[in-house]
Amino acid sequence: MKGLIGHLNKSFESRVRLGIMSALAVNDKLDFNSLKDFLEVTDGNLASHIKALEKEDFIRVEKSFIGKKPNTKYFQTAKGRKAFENHLKALEEMISLQK
Amino acid sequence: MTETIINFAVKSTLHMTKRKDYSKDISEIRSMMERSSKFLALSGWAGIMAGIIALAGSYYAVYIIGFNPGEVSPHLPEGTLYNITVTAFLVFMLALSASVMFSRSRAKRKGEKIWNAASRQLLIQTAVPLVTGGILITISILKGLIGLAAPLSLIFYGLSLFNAGKHTVSEVQYLGFVQILFGLAGVTFIHLGMIFWAGGFGAAHIAYGLYMYIRYER
Repeated sequence: MKGLIGHLNKSFESRVRLGIMSALAVNDKLDFNSLKDFLEVTDGNLASHIKALEKEDFIRVEKSFIGKKPNTKYFQTAKGRKAFENHLKALEEMISLQK
Repeated sequence: MTETIINFAVKSTLHMTKRKDYSKDISEIRSMMERSSKFLALSGWAGIMAGIIALAGSYYAVYIIGFNPGEVSPHLPEGTLYNITVTAFLVFMLALSASVMFSRSRAKRKGEKIWNAASRQLLIQTAVPLVTGGILITISILKGLIGLAAPLSLIFYGLSLFNAGKHTVSEVQYLGFVQILFGLAGVTFIHLGMIFWAGGFGAAHIAYGLYMYIRYER
């Protein structure tokens, strides 16, 4: 049992972070406002969770310009994808063990 | 003894709250993946209305304007080409506005935005085959291959629906297949081109719209 719980990633305990990782798992890139719309959270709340995931190198930011307007997009790193997949596997195992 | 029981009670309560969380986590992940990649507010009514508009349009084209090419490059009476182009454009615009209108009201009811990352993807995926087809049809008409216009529009519309399936309800892929089949049949039997066109854009849209409405919206 203990070994299994080890797979559950502490970084994904927050629903917002889990949501960010889920959305970025099926979209190559998403900008801040799209994430905000999907998750229905405030700017500050989303920014702090994004920062936490960036710090772990699970997601990265890509900055570019559309004309003169800055355009910030987020994407999942290979490390983030792996961690998220492991977390999913652990969740599924926990559920099947409890049945 | 008491300690063991309390310990057990605490542990099983913990166990129970956790169990709930795990399945909730999974369902939230699934819902977020779907919501962020698929535009699901596409309404069955959009299909029904587009089909009715197309049937009316093809009736007008064949019986009022007299557009029913019997071969790939038919000789049309003066003015027919202009009339049919205007009619086709109007049918397309009306069907498109009806789809947007019905989908917008359904999105509102579902609490979704009509313009989000998923619908943007949907638009890009459908636009590429659709614009390609539009340009190809224009070139064919200019070269006198007027009989190909109706079947080609079915084929490219079908391809764009097939692409759209990745970013909206997957059932539109079947509708796409049907359009492609009707289009290929129309190229094979040019003199039946307008009948296949009415079958694809008209009847198939209405059947699809009714099916989607009964299955998901009632």
